[in-house]
Amino acid sequence: MTTTAHDPGAPSADNPGRADIRARTLRRDRWWLAPLVNALGLATFVVYATIRSFWGSAYYVSEYHYLSPFYSPCFSASCVPGSSHFGTFLPEFPPWLPLALLSLPFLLGFRLTCYYYRKSYYRAFWMSPPACAVSEPHGKYTGETRFPLILQNAHRYFFYFAVLISLINTYDMLVAFQSDAPDGSARFGIGLGNVILLVNVIGLWLYTLSCHSCRHITGGRLKHFSRHPVRYRIWTGISALNTRHMLFAWITIGTLILTDLYIMLVASGTISDLRIVN
Amino acid sequence: MGYRAKFEVWRGDASGEGALQPFEVDVNEGEVVLDIVHRLQATQAGDLAVRWNCKAGKCGSCSAEINGRPRLMCMTRMSTFDEQETVTITPLRTFPVIRDLVTDVDFNYVKAREIPSFAPPEDLAPGEYRMSQVDVERPQEFRKCIECYLCQNTCHAVRDHEENKEEFAGPRYLMRVSELDMHPLDVRDRKDAAQDDHGLGYCNITKCCTEVCPEHIKITDNALIPMKERVVDTKYDPLVWLGRKIFKREDLEAKHATGRRSLDDAGPDNGSPLPADSIGPVGG
Repeated sequence: MTTTAHDPGAPSADNPGRADIRARTLRRDRWWLAPLVNALGLATFVVYATIRSFWGSAYYVSEYHYLSPFYSPCFSASCVPGSSHFGTFLPEFPPWLPLALLSLPFLLGFRLTCYYYRKSYYRAFWMSPPACAVSEPHGKYTGETRFPLILQNAHRYFFYFAVLISLINTYDMLVAFQSDAPDGSARFGIGLGNVILLVNVIGLWLYTLSCHSCRHITGGRLKHFSRHPVRYRIWTGISALNTRHMLFAWITIGTLILTDLYIMLVASGTISDLRIVN
Repeated sequence: MGYRAKFEVWRGDASGEGALQPFEVDVNEGEVVLDIVHRLQATQAGDLAVRWNCKAGKCGSCSAEINGRPRLMCMTRMSTFDEQETVTITPLRTFPVIRDLVTDVDFNYVKAREIPSFAPPEDLAPGEYRMSQVDVERPQEFRKCIECYLCQNTCHAVRDHEENKEEFAGPRYLMRVSELDMHPLDVRDRKDAAQDDHGLGYCNITKCCTEVCPEHIKITDNALIPMKERVVDTKYDPLVWLGRKIFKREDLEAKHATGRRSLDDAGPDNGSPLPADSIGPVGG
């Protein structure tokens, strides 16, 4: 897609015989509201995630083993002690490098190439089109046929990494059920942070498994469902989830921000964790 | 209760020139927009051109844009508008006007002919087809299409870019490619053709086709995205991609066996073993 200026209302020799309607759209409903809300929502997430990824502190509550998803997995020697559940095989990072350097690009790539988010940001930011039957402001359009947008076809490869990272997030969530006892030993405990982490992980799995690429890989690519009854059942289940992919996409934006924010507030001592058990 | 409604209806000829003509017309309870257009024809504008047939949302003839939204006139109830509201009816914006609300939708017939037809295994005669319901129910959703062309009209890839009509088949016909690729008895490999000949890459999945479909077919989620994923299987898998780069000649030869994208030449024999399916160029 290009950014060539275009007056959608101008009559064009390239549109022979079309009704010469100069208005960009004749729609009278609030068609601009959905792209506006999408733009605000996505921008909020991008700004928050960027700031927090580079923040470099208040991401781990050592007492309750809460680890922010924006810092998982933490492989650098710069990570707070206890936050590296899988070792620190990477050296210390300079402050301008995010500690979750190995996972964030894949998570970003997974959401950036997601079939739902593509619709959302093509409409909200690129205005291609801003809404149905509303002219886009570009003079030329090549869609996803060329570089760089042809790279959107890599979505399934990001999906594979997203599954791996969801497994890591699940492990982080399970580890957090162990809190530190006064004598320094580990004991089972549940706090509000655990509930938030659990909800976030459930949301992440629902979003990841409802992905269109997952739907294709598990069964969609088959021509004969009848020869693969197990894969057909999986495909049927994923298809049911897939109809709510947009919902899960937005829910996980909310849960990711909420989880990180809560952990940041507890880790920084701004609030204390509401404990339910131990 | 009846009321007197304000309408603006596009009146124009094949040059594309024209204007919105205002009308005031009676509206009765339970009526749809097509009823009002017929009343206009009967009482105020006897020469108003409109294409219609079934009045039941099944023939796909009365597609138009009502207050800027692509709709079937026969399925748009007057009760959805405020009584004070001026209802604007314009022809489909993507196609050339023949007269008033009637457009020339030939583009769609050309694109239909460019798609190689259903190709069953060579050793299977008509009448011997056996398929499990579970295998056919997925492409059956796409058979609900009534060919109203609202999706073709709304897709911005051609609506805002006439020049893409050569390369891009539009959602309705990409859905047809997808339907055939999912068909349990179709043996033709349609993945390369979907991308190279029918312009699947132009689709940026903004889902307007799905939004306007009067049959509520999930065109994007169930046809176009699955087809994109099938294309990824063969074209964008890194190992397959490397092999194709090395054996580029074979790739080109494979393309020759599929549909073409010229609007003037719909391609030669489509390769079907059934003579009745052999289709020539438009107007030929």
